[in-house]
Amino acid sequence: MEINRGEIVGLIGESGSGKTTLGKAILRLVDIYKGDIYWDNVNVTRLRDGKLRTLRKDFQLIQQDPYGALDPRMTIYEILAEGLRLHKITKTEEEEKEEIYKILKVVKLTPPENFINKRPYELSGGQRQRVVVARALLLKPKFIVADEPISMLDASTRGQILEFILEDRQRRNTSYLFITHDISIASYVSDRIAVMYLGKIVEMGKPEEVISEPLHPYTQALLQAVPIPDPEVGVREPNIRGEIQSPVELPKGCAFYPRCPFAKDICKEREPELRKIKGDHYVACHLY
Amino acid sequence: MLERGDSLGIIGETGSGKSTLASAIMRILPDNATVSGSISLDGIDILNMDKDEFRRNIRWKKISIIPQYSMNSFNPIKKVGEQLVNIILEHEPNTDVHSAVERVLKLFESLNLPPEVFQKYPEELSGGQRQRAVIASALLLNPELIIADEPTTALDVINQAIVISLIKSRIIDTGHSLIYISHDIAVVAGISKKIATMYAGEIMELGDSIRVFKNPLHPYTKGLLASVPDLRYGKIKRISYIPGDPPDMAMNFKGCPFAPRCNIAKDICRESKPELRVIEGRLVACHFADKEVIKNV
Repeated sequence: MEINRGEIVGLIGESGSGKTTLGKAILRLVDIYKGDIYWDNVNVTRLRDGKLRTLRKDFQLIQQDPYGALDPRMTIYEILAEGLRLHKITKTEEEEKEEIYKILKVVKLTPPENFINKRPYELSGGQRQRVVVARALLLKPKFIVADEPISMLDASTRGQILEFILEDRQRRNTSYLFITHDISIASYVSDRIAVMYLGKIVEMGKPEEVISEPLHPYTQALLQAVPIPDPEVGVREPNIRGEIQSPVELPKGCAFYPRCPFAKDICKEREPELRKIKGDHYVACHLY
Repeated sequence: MLERGDSLGIIGETGSGKSTLASAIMRILPDNATVSGSISLDGIDILNMDKDEFRRNIRWKKISIIPQYSMNSFNPIKKVGEQLVNIILEHEPNTDVHSAVERVLKLFESLNLPPEVFQKYPEELSGGQRQRAVIASALLLNPELIIADEPTTALDVINQAIVISLIKSRIIDTGHSLIYISHDIAVVAGISKKIATMYAGEIMELGDSIRVFKNPLHPYTKGLLASVPDLRYGKIKRISYIPGDPPDMAMNFKGCPFAPRCNIAKDICRESKPELRVIEGRLVACHFADKEVIKNV
């Protein structure tokens, strides 16, 4: 999988699909057993310590839990200053303060004076998430992994975080991996989407194509299951069997075999490879 | 007011009071709660009814609830079937065990639960199965009204769709009345004939779903609907948001609770709380709702 400069790739999957692990692996927050990760053509798979740290400021994370992501004993100012100081980005205290005030204005926590001395528990969930976003943007990274950045927020406040991400991409050509279980949000914000099932990418392509012509039976079931905010559409039942299995003991062959309404014998024997079908649209399925 | 066979969806965010409303109807609010107003079922005041009478005759029998986090509401050390049979035996003491077991198994079948589930412990079931077992418990005594409070929290999208589909076919289509509470507008849209939006403990708008979605009259409802993604429109429909945050319910406020975030709020909104009134066949709590009607015509 590649993520290009200035591109937002949406990674869609359920709990246990491996999407968070993939996001963390890309950022070298988990150890990698097999495979390689390249940042700007540098193989970072086994980089350590100092060398890794120098690169780290270019690759940031926005986590899903605004309550767990911020140190409750630090003030908002200290939380934001930490990254600046670690990577020695600003030279003076005035510069540091200026950068922090600027980013607080970007995420609309204004006036900044009202927030810098507060501690996380004094802010609402939405405000805390804006601090998490500010912290990631402050270091002006080239690439951000946003792991379910809006799932824990009230519906009426989510659009604001999406706007920050889209604006940041527009302004600084930042690349994003936007991880979510919500295919509606993913298709809204992403240039390309990838659907994951039990640790594998099963389909990938432009959202318009994947949604209008879903190739993989899992993607099809997912799209049938997504609720549409229109009372005239009503409720639809997805064409899928059984329950999701544990990722621990996967049999050989396609991981989706037990639930697939179109399963054939070959699906039980051989794992399908992710192959290009047309243009940017890839699928891992023996039906094609 | 909810009529027999109606399905009412209540949409609300943090602090909206939607779950508190459900607890109030079921009379399971904590002891230090003060309740005012009235709740009647079929003309009978159930809010002020004697607690024991409510427990014996109303709860489970006339009104049942699928509570939030209900997946965890089973007793972990008893088998699922046994717990359900006990609900029947406690409320219908003249029933024999055999028929109670039959009823449970029949209900399982209608919910696509394999009969083996009867002998299993709650944690041996998958999330989706546990949630369907909870729905079975709510249907056991064939109540008239079922309250579902975020019944699909913690389920993946596919299981959510399966559960909602079953709620429609086994609760709504069979003539039960349903109050479906959720923060997920898309889910509520699919399953409710009427919807209500709640904010800071108050109903902001209540009316026929199709009409409210097509033409929301309350600024909060408008803002909410504009902030929901719609897969059919991809990037064409801009996902907007309501600035600010849901209210801190520990504070008392004067005037309309939505005023601080409302884009059409005027002085009167901060001074006096708008009453729910009938406009265009629905209830709206906004000083300017009728102006919205004129604007949208």
